Amino acid sequence: MEISQEKSVLVTADGTPLKISLARAQRRSKIVAFSMVLPLLIFILIAFLIPIADMLSLSVDNSITKEILPKSVIALQNWDETSGELPDEVVFAAMVEEIKKAKIARKHTRVGQRLNYESSGFSSLFRKAGRKVKIIKKPPYKEALIKSDKRWGQIYTWQVIKQFSTEYTDGYYLAALDFKRNPTTGKVESLPGKESIYLKLFWRTMLLSSLITFLTFIIGFPLAYMLATVSTRLSNILIIFVLLPFWTSLLVRTTSWIALLQQEGVINDFLVLVGIINNDGRLAMIHNATGTVVAMTHILLPFMILPLFSVMKTIPKSYVRAAVSLGAHPWKAFWKVYFPNTGPGIGAGSILVFIIAIGYYITPALVGGSSGTFISNRIAYHISSSLNWGLGSALGVILLGIVLALFMLYDRIVGIDNMKLG
Amino acid sequence: MSSSEAYVSFQGVQKSYDGETLVVKDLNLDTQRGEFLTMLGPSGSGKTTCLMMLAGFETVTHGEIILDGTSINNVPPHKRNIGMVFQNYALFPHMTVNENLAFPLQVRKMSKSDIEDRVKKVLDMVQLGSFGSRRPMQLSGGQQQRVAVARSLVFEPKLVLMDEPLGALDKQLREQMQYEIKHIHENLEVTVVYVTHDQSEALTMSNRIAVFDDGVIQQLAEPDLLYEAPENAFVAQFIGENNTLYGKVIGLDGDICTVEAENGDKLKALGVNIQGVGFDTMISLRPERVEVNPESGQCSSTVTGKVEELIYLGDHIRSRMNVCGHDDFIVKIPNSANHAQLSPGDTVQVGWKAEDARALDVLVS
Repeated sequence: MEISQEKSVLVTADGTPLKISLARAQRRSKIVAFSMVLPLLIFILIAFLIPIADMLSLSVDNSITKEILPKSVIALQNWDETSGELPDEVVFAAMVEEIKKAKIARKHTRVGQRLNYESSGFSSLFRKAGRKVKIIKKPPYKEALIKSDKRWGQIYTWQVIKQFSTEYTDGYYLAALDFKRNPTTGKVESLPGKESIYLKLFWRTMLLSSLITFLTFIIGFPLAYMLATVSTRLSNILIIFVLLPFWTSLLVRTTSWIALLQQEGVINDFLVLVGIINNDGRLAMIHNATGTVVAMTHILLPFMILPLFSVMKTIPKSYVRAAVSLGAHPWKAFWKVYFPNTGPGIGAGSILVFIIAIGYYITPALVGGSSGTFISNRIAYHISSSLNWGLGSALGVILLGIVLALFMLYDRIVGIDNMKLG
Repeated sequence: MSSSEAYVSFQGVQKSYDGETLVVKDLNLDTQRGEFLTMLGPSGSGKTTCLMMLAGFETVTHGEIILDGTSINNVPPHKRNIGMVFQNYALFPHMTVNENLAFPLQVRKMSKSDIEDRVKKVLDMVQLGSFGSRRPMQLSGGQQQRVAVARSLVFEPKLVLMDEPLGALDKQLREQMQYEIKHIHENLEVTVVYVTHDQSEALTMSNRIAVFDDGVIQQLAEPDLLYEAPENAFVAQFIGENNTLYGKVIGLDGDICTVEAENGDKLKALGVNIQGVGFDTMISLRPERVEVNPESGQCSSTVTGKVEELIYLGDHIRSRMNVCGHDDFIVKIPNSANHAQLSPGDTVQVGWKAEDARALDVLVS
């Protein structure tokens, strides 16, 4: 088609190319349409795209070392870290000067904090240095600094500073995946088993989210089927009950599960009362993975039911009837004909539930205990408690990457246009 | 015809959905083996309900449906072995044409090679031999229709039900499919029960037509009889084009009665469904049976008509006239070499034979 257009450009009566004419004629309506979505566009830009970009940059940002120790970093470039000798006096002089300066600006601890992520001990090293440098008045700085703390006399210390003085770093990502760059060799090593927590947490998040998705499907499918097959009047009433959880505070719903599931809670009391368990054997159903799964399945159920319902609504009754008239038992007709046609709804519901679950924060935080927390709880911890924003951002970006990858995988296998959200 | 030789037999069947009104009122209907029977009627007349009861998708409220000598009231639909073509084809969109056709054979646990043979045979029958690997959505409406017909026949049922199968097609395709279905029926010698609201469809294909209205069969007859000898006003007006003249029976001589029209004209008509002298009647008269300026002695009734409108339709000219006070009296004038030359405003004589004018009951509406 494009070839034929190249050969002869269509023109209007006055000789202007047809495409230009058309664009001109449609410009006004395009401007109007665009101006209507402009507020939303600005909002999304400010509230969504810019924060994400900022988060992305935080996760690789390593400018702090260079910013606070600029001269030392430059001076260290001339030092061969594999030589087995300490850096020369120039480096020590620059370091002392810059720590002094940073101390006044109260920034010296931030370098220490950053380097502490890579090798513990640096936080205290720099804090101590901040206190001690003011008495170092004249050269030789090398001896003076080493005297203040003998760690300054170790080659390892300077290797770490040099290694992590680049503008950008992959250190946060490595940490988020339980790896570590060896300061001496610069090689990437995986952390010993007991220190690796993030991969386990990612894995648990995926596993529990899958379980939650599966449970919402098992519970939601028959319900959606009923909604789609009863009379419109009844289904409208029942839909309200499905939506009811949306109109209740998330906190109320989550805490009501605590009331139900806790050791002295309603369910345990009942089980003890009817004698299924004895008083000492009360089940631990909250503040662990069970609690997270139960509460989140309940909360995310509507996200499964609604897409399923809207797809089932469009499947003509005659499909199953046709299958039955062709001799299939009603069960077989359902399985072979009705069920495959609910595919777009299952896909949409599952991906919706899974993606919401994978990034869920408040419910696991409230009822998850230690075995039922998700990666998002860890991100929240790094953002608001440990203040290691770089690691928090890296974890967030990896989570985003997983979601996008799953989305693309879904598109590849099922096709995104084969999904119906309502 | 006795019910012993009937293949499908509705015996006193009643159906109610809400327990307050009857959708089907006391239906008695016999279908012969190999017959093409059409249930024709306006929407809401109960014809589809009857079909669904026969297929097993609706329960029978009262009465019995007999298939090949045994009652099928309590046989679940998947065990009835009745083929069915649905209004919107109900082809399974997630399966290819081949898979759709193989479905009834697979549930019957036929061998793979048998299934392949049968599917190929039936696809060739509906002239879609090369479309087997397509999905229904990739086919045109007419092709989907053919696949639906093929699927209802592939497991060789003795009885096939069709629920307005041609409703979604355009006119030309519909006519073509009518012939195809008719030929398939003739070749396979299956019994077909067909539901439609389209009378030309019914007239084209059926051996017999049951005209439904208000849950009751108004008339059950062969197509030509239905058209030429309607037994009541509903059938006369529902089937084909029809002129109606209202009047009162003033004389009865054997089969032929004399009717005084509203404007005082005396008309001769065949008394088919009249209550007797002195009662109101409706005369039904086909437009093509009216003669313009008839030769004397040719017609038993002759009245004056005033030409209101002429519509040229090629093979014939439709003339709307004012006859006996009704200005919607239609006369079809064949476009023959020496047909009557009319122009609006002319006053002409129109006449007809007494046996073509049927004096029927008066519709209460």
